[in-house]
Amino acid sequence: MLRRVRLALGVLLLATLAFLVSGGLSPAHAAQTSITGTLTTPAGVAVSGVVVTATGPDGVSASGTSDEKGVFVVPLTAGGTYTVEIDVSTLPEGITLNNEADASRSLLVLGGEKRIIIGLSEGGESGIVADDSGTAERVIQLFLDGVLYGLVIALGAVGLNLVFGTTGLTNFSHGELLTLGAFTALAFNTAGLNIVIAAPIAIVFSAFVFGWGQNRILWRPLRRRKTGLIAAMIVSIGLAIFLRYALVLFFGGAPQSYKQFAGQSGIALGPFNTTPKALILGALAVLALAATVIWLQRSRIGKATRAVSDNPALASATGIDVERVISVVWIIGAGLAAFAGIYLGLTQNTVWNMGQRILLVLFAAVILGGLGTIYGAIVGAMVVGIFIQMTTLFIPTEMKTVGALFLMILILLVRPQGLLGRKERVG
Amino acid sequence: MDIGQVFTLTITQAFGVTALIYLFAAIGLNIQFGYTGLLNFGQVAFVAAGAYAVGVIVLTFDLSLWLSIVVALITSTLLALLLGIPTLRLRADYLAIVTIAASELLRLLVRSIAFKDVFGGAQGLNGKLGQEFHDLNPLPVDFTLPLLSWSRQDLWVVIVGWCLALLFTLFVWGLVRSPWGRVVKGIREDEDAVVSLGKNVFVYKLQALIIGGGIAAFGGILWAVAKQSVQPDTFQPDFTFFVFTILLLGGAARVFGPIVGTVIFWFLLAGFGEVLSSLINNGYIAFLTPTDVGSIRFMLMGLGLMLLMIFRPQGIFGDRRELALDAR
Repeated sequence: MLRRVRLALGVLLLATLAFLVSGGLSPAHAAQTSITGTLTTPAGVAVSGVVVTATGPDGVSASGTSDEKGVFVVPLTAGGTYTVEIDVSTLPEGITLNNEADASRSLLVLGGEKRIIIGLSEGGESGIVADDSGTAERVIQLFLDGVLYGLVIALGAVGLNLVFGTTGLTNFSHGELLTLGAFTALAFNTAGLNIVIAAPIAIVFSAFVFGWGQNRILWRPLRRRKTGLIAAMIVSIGLAIFLRYALVLFFGGAPQSYKQFAGQSGIALGPFNTTPKALILGALAVLALAATVIWLQRSRIGKATRAVSDNPALASATGIDVERVISVVWIIGAGLAAFAGIYLGLTQNTVWNMGQRILLVLFAAVILGGLGTIYGAIVGAMVVGIFIQMTTLFIPTEMKTVGALFLMILILLVRPQGLLGRKERVG
Repeated sequence: MDIGQVFTLTITQAFGVTALIYLFAAIGLNIQFGYTGLLNFGQVAFVAAGAYAVGVIVLTFDLSLWLSIVVALITSTLLALLLGIPTLRLRADYLAIVTIAASELLRLLVRSIAFKDVFGGAQGLNGKLGQEFHDLNPLPVDFTLPLLSWSRQDLWVVIVGWCLALLFTLFVWGLVRSPWGRVVKGIREDEDAVVSLGKNVFVYKLQALIIGGGIAAFGGILWAVAKQSVQPDTFQPDFTFFVFTILLLGGAARVFGPIVGTVIFWFLLAGFGEVLSSLINNGYIAFLTPTDVGSIRFMLMGLGLMLLMIFRPQGIFGDRRELALDAR
């Protein structure tokens, strides 16, 4: 009984820790629930008379028209997931959307004023560089984009796979480790630290609090209770839901950016367009992954990790402290995941469901490489990252994840053990 | 705080249209997960298949609602085959990942601009979806219930929905007492033993997936008919996990588990939401705003799922011996 109480307290403690990072209670306060924004041309001229419609979960819709200042307000009665549509036919002649996908987007509104940004272009002049490069250049560009994306996936997937390898847990809350890392950095950043300083602190903090702490408070007691793997998997789903909405409660549902490097202008390296921050982050990711691989190959505890991954019972019999290995694995996994989260936060933005959105891609990478095979995660991640970007040559960008998920199902059909997995019974 | 009003709203939700949608999904999941032991994390895809079958047949192709019910069942069967054939031979965790991935894959496809003409893109399909059903409404035009706040239209949906739900429950009751039911329970407990008895485990699992998916599709049909709207983003993976919470709450592998779970789940969730909202609105809780209630409700749901799974995996009325969740 005592242990149950301790476990329950532990769960609460973990939750509290997650909140402390946010720097106290700060829910967004506002009177009227609405979706709002300002429409201007790239030159800064207000665009009026454009109709924006939001359709709510029950099919109820409301709309607003932009006024002479370009401001539109769509009044809503309740929060929920809304589909926001811009009536393209009401755009003045010569004005078009930067991104066709902007014509219809899905948006979570929890209350208060929800601002959205709609990019417009006038004539040929556009906020985004027109894609007039040849196919060969585009292939190179997408390939390198894919490599960078693959590195993020690899950072996330390594931890997921290490935890699976050593404990057998298919952790559906691994995505939230990315999100928590990104938001910890955001909290430190908001508190006044430059992101360059905030990021390493957040990574170390995440590694020990969300990694080591989570294992200590939740998963180790569960292993002691001999909770089954399927039950543990469902527990991880509950944890993921809990953490996601805790983040919404304390940070709000809107995407946020770090104070520094938010809008960095791009540079061209030969045919390849990128931003300096993406290159630096990519290089750091390579270093982090290389360090992990060397650690696994050379260090004692790294070798022990591989032994536990191979066969926990046998490893334990040879005198390896399995629990210690698992603790280390959680620390490293959570640290790498936090790095991935900050990477995404810097190159895109931080939002409460960023981890959830990438989780299935992480699973695709891990399954492709072989569930439980440590290097498989890295190989699988690179393949998935490049595959996702390259498929946009043939399919619309909005469907690029579809390709990756489809690839995963295909791999399960022909080679369920993954690229690097050993052929063993997986059924 | 008006306690009477809070109670009325809570009861209305505990037995209402949304609760019914979850109930159908839970009855289906009970066959798949509770009895057969299949870790189907993509139950929302079957609900979406039902809802979109109605939407596409009635709105896109302008055909009869009754035809769309047949199409919904065909679609959900095809979906079960598509999901099951590659994965049912694999370990439980693979099935979990593939089913959740497939449900997301389908959601991304139906909301894409490429198929906007058929599925209506991100906005979905909205319009007179259930007209033929609502035309059959025998209730008097000015009919209102004392206390409960259902409209005439919703009440008709709720009556038919609960009758159907009881029918399906009866069906499940018969099914799990049949030889078929004994085989699938055997698969859940010890697959190898069933194989050694000469049963084709794969076929039984596929049948369980199809039957459970078909029942869940009725949840989708009900959704489209009652809400007159089918939107892709309502079919997020979280839906499936709430269905799991419902099932675990009521007790998996219990015939009345889904019903008990649904009513308790929505009673607690709605009741908590209403009480908290009215406390906030009356200024008793100063540090929260009404918009926070939604997040707190979801947080409690996640916490509830964790605690249930840790401390009482058999649910409130479940039998621990009935459900050896981790035979593997």
